[in-house]
Amino acid sequence: MQFMLLFSRQGKLRLQKWYVPLSDKEKKKITRELVQTVLARKPKMCSFLEWRDLKVVYKRYASLYFCCAIEHQDNELITLEIIHRYVELLDKYFGSVCELDIIFNFEKAYFILDEFLLGGEPQETSKKTVLKAIEQADLLQEDKTKDAECPRSILEEIGLT
Amino acid sequence: MPAVSKGDGMRGLAVFISDIRNCKSKEAEIKRINKELANIRSKFKGDKALDGYSKKKYVCKLLFIFLLGHDIDFGHMEAVNLLSSNKYTEKQIGYLFISVLVNSNSELIRLINNAIKNDLSSRNPTFMCLALHCIANVGSREMAEAFASEIPRILVAGDTMDSVKQSAALCLLRLYKTSPDLVLMGEWTSRVVHLLNDQHMGVVTAAISLITCLSQKNPDEFKTCVSLAVSRLSRIVSSASTDLQDYTYYFVPAPWLSCKLLRLLQCYPPPEDGAVKGRLVECLETILNKAQEPPKSKKVQHSNAKNAILFEAISLIIHYDSEPNLLVRACNQLGQFLQHRETNLRYLALESMCTLASSEFSHEAVKTHIETVINALKTERDVSVRQRAADLLYAMCDRSNAKQIVAEMLSYLETADYSIREEMVLKVAILAEKYAVDYSWYVDTILNLIRIAGDYVSEEVWYRVIQIVINRDDVQGYAAKTVFEALQAPACHENMVKVGGYILGEFGNLIAGDPRSSPLVQFNLLHSKFHLCSVPTRALLLSAYIKFINLFPETKATIQEVLRCDSQIRNSDVELQQRAVEYLKLSSIASTDVLATVLEEMPPFPERESSILAKLKKKKGPGAVSVPDLEDGKREGGELNGGGERGPDSAAMSASNASTPSPSADLLGMRSAAPMSAAPTSAGSLLVDVFSEAGPAAPSAAVNDDGFLSSAPPSEDPATLLSEADELLNKFVCKNNGVLFENQLLQIGIKSEYRQNLGRMYLFYGNKTSVQFASFTTTVSCPGELQSHILSILRATKPVEPVVEGGAQIQQVLNIECLTDFSEAPLLNIKFRYGGALQNLSLKLPVTINKFFQPTEMTSHDFFQRWKQLSQPQQEAQKIFKANHSMDTEVLKAKLLGLGTALLDDVDPNPENYVCAGVIQTKGQQVGCLLRLEPNGQAQMYRLTLRCSKDSVSLRLCELLAQQF
Repeated sequence: MQFMLLFSRQGKLRLQKWYVPLSDKEKKKITRELVQTVLARKPKMCSFLEWRDLKVVYKRYASLYFCCAIEHQDNELITLEIIHRYVELLDKYFGSVCELDIIFNFEKAYFILDEFLLGGEPQETSKKTVLKAIEQADLLQEDKTKDAECPRSILEEIGLT
Repeated sequence: MPAVSKGDGMRGLAVFISDIRNCKSKEAEIKRINKELANIRSKFKGDKALDGYSKKKYVCKLLFIFLLGHDIDFGHMEAVNLLSSNKYTEKQIGYLFISVLVNSNSELIRLINNAIKNDLSSRNPTFMCLALHCIANVGSREMAEAFASEIPRILVAGDTMDSVKQSAALCLLRLYKTSPDLVLMGEWTSRVVHLLNDQHMGVVTAAISLITCLSQKNPDEFKTCVSLAVSRLSRIVSSASTDLQDYTYYFVPAPWLSCKLLRLLQCYPPPEDGAVKGRLVECLETILNKAQEPPKSKKVQHSNAKNAILFEAISLIIHYDSEPNLLVRACNQLGQFLQHRETNLRYLALESMCTLASSEFSHEAVKTHIETVINALKTERDVSVRQRAADLLYAMCDRSNAKQIVAEMLSYLETADYSIREEMVLKVAILAEKYAVDYSWYVDTILNLIRIAGDYVSEEVWYRVIQIVINRDDVQGYAAKTVFEALQAPACHENMVKVGGYILGEFGNLIAGDPRSSPLVQFNLLHSKFHLCSVPTRALLLSAYIKFINLFPETKATIQEVLRCDSQIRNSDVELQQRAVEYLKLSSIASTDVLATVLEEMPPFPERESSILAKLKKKKGPGAVSVPDLEDGKREGGELNGGGERGPDSAAMSASNASTPSPSADLLGMRSAAPMSAAPTSAGSLLVDVFSEAGPAAPSAAVNDDGFLSSAPPSEDPATLLSEADELLNKFVCKNNGVLFENQLLQIGIKSEYRQNLGRMYLFYGNKTSVQFASFTTTVSCPGELQSHILSILRATKPVEPVVEGGAQIQQVLNIECLTDFSEAPLLNIKFRYGGALQNLSLKLPVTINKFFQPTEMTSHDFFQRWKQLSQPQQEAQKIFKANHSMDTEVLKAKLLGLGTALLDDVDPNPENYVCAGVIQTKGQQVGCLLRLEPNGQAQMYRLTLRCSKDSVSLRLCELLAQQF
């Protein structure tokens, strides 16, 4: 896989993961072009399209589009299920995931993706194993944040800094 | 703000994100972001040391701002600091920032690498994984230099945790992709391959991506993976759906791993070991069988996962291309999907069938689905699916269904999506050419293409139709007629004007006999389009006009007037102005001889791969075009017609542009080094130069003064004249091009051109065998009195090559001058050794007196006046004979025009009769000839009468022509 993009029906990019080196300019161009192309497609159309010299596989979940670019010899259907498994992981982690979860916890969405896919290839396809790894990290986090809790000022509490 | 915030919420971050979301405008958002950036900058620069949590929070905010699409130019150092925190949460955010935002700041990279190195050696698996993820995400060359030797060790070490192994495998894959030279598996190879046997499915899943990539590059080193992959696959496909626990996905056991295993096997040929191969075939059969079983779940995930494996298995079957049984089963399976309600499956089935169509075992099976595919092209609502259907039609096309497929594609083009029109046009053009049995169909198809999708017809396409028309004399008349008709449309595409201008300029004479398409009508038609056209098209039309002046002297005055008008001769475009000025000058000062030579018909184009095919390949990328039996196409293409990259316009039409030496040198230079610096006016003397060397005073007209004949004693094996030599000769009385002779070994093609009393003949000797012909020599001789003073055949520009390789073709050019009228034909003798045996054959070269005809247009009154003048009995020759061929009017007209005379309408009071007039040009004199052919349809008889100013000519023409009808 070359990259994965998550964007809303309004075309707002929610997550981007690039597995090939590209300049920021190029990334923006690709994103703009692809978001436009995918949003223009009608609901019953097929989930695959040829785009430049890549194949694009996308699927819409509620208000979010998940869109992967794969190479010519890659398998479209299994990529569709990669998307689905990622959605399942997010859903399980956040508990009935919605777009807002991904907006406000974008870093978590990245961590989960890194556990599942690495370098564009599946690293661990077992849902249980991936979630266990993330939950373990959260546990570590919670332990550590307990002591960080104290120096927070009142201003910080209401989010002004 | 969402209710759920797992782990530790960074409240400040959440508030900032809410603020951004509440911004009503882009400006407000930018304002809020700038405020935040200023705040963060001051915190980072402030005197007070920030605690880890704040640092993490600010770095995270910066990341968010960056992901919104804004530039971030600070904070990198703070992120790097986070890497060395021993708090997991801070480290994690630090790594995320680096992964997303790293740039090649060398100072920073050194620090990052240092932090990574520490984490890799920490023996803490979560830290190790974070570090490996970071390397895999960044994947820079610097990181490869630092870690490429370390990671394989981590990957295969016995005590490495499974999760770390998985990260290490994919980390290595990413580094290998960036810097293959730095990732050397060496001693680790075998242990990496054996990861396929690992107990942990996650490790196998991660490792197989690495192994596949390495196998593609170094298949030999990794070939032991084949048997391991087969046994792993076999265990998976034969397992029950519950065996693999969490690696079962919607009742499908390990779909990702299965696909990857099948993909890995596609890096290798079929296994040589019989047992392994047997096991693999069993696996593939099981997969095909499972596809037929009723689904275990109605969920789309179940069918997708199952079919993902099926498609990958079919790819492997196609890759092996050795199991006819499996190929046909695959094709049947895909056939079912063609009408599946899931659009995705229809799409993939069409795509996969494209590759099946190229296998000899399944090509026929694919063809049975033609109606379904045509239907898909017509009814699918998704353009991507229609595109696949069009690709499949292209792939399944062969001689048997070409007409149907091309017709369907053409009709689809009328409504096709703009995005795929150009490609469709290329495909139609290629199929039409490749499978053209009759070239009028080809011409019709291409003209239809221009009519329907003119904007998408690239230069290659219209160049190609012209190349083919020029190389195939049997279609030239039809092409002229068809473009003439197409140009009648009130609005026709500019590409049609280009093709029309070119073809009428070359072959307008073939339809000029019909008063509805007389020279002036043709010219007026073309010129009516002139003002609507772009500069390049106008330039082409100007060249067509000057060609008209040569073809039809009666249009000279009209055309000169056009050239002379201000809008041409003072055109602001330099090219147009130059053409107008030069053509006008050329037409007014050059003699008809010079004009005829300069504006000679285009020579055939050299045979090359179709430039359209090259364009399609380029468009689709190498390897992406599945051109059915490409080799085949190339061969056929080569045989039927030539091609080339040069645009016919520049090469051909500007030949008349005497100031540019290159293209015209080829046309004019009868001898190799004809100096082209000569101005048009001096071109007459140029011709004199050319012929002075071998005029009537040089009787050694035969092509034998380069010595190769003397080495083959002529008496040793006297060639007998082919019995059918006269028949062959008769075949060419009314045409100039075609196959002169063909047997098991040799094919001789001929193409000839005549102007006035001069002619040039191209002979093409093709070796039909796969063995070379040695000592290949050709000799042209003129028997009897022909040799000394009737016909002079100049030495070939170049002697033929003494060796003709198997399958190769060589060319010879003969220049001919008619000194006075003649009746015998020159002989062509060919000798060569084929597998030791000397082959020797002689045939008559189709040079007949009528080749030197110039057509003469005249009115009824003039005709009968001259007819009466030629009333001496010996001036007339007459024959009454039975029709040997069809008495169809069009056929007869074509033959009489091919004879070289002008076919005169409204001369004979009986419209059934044909009258022709022409002048035979010899060096010494001109012989006027009048011809009358009276068919009697009922009796299937003809009466042919000739009256010529020289009696021998009457006799000879009568003799020749009696064989033609």
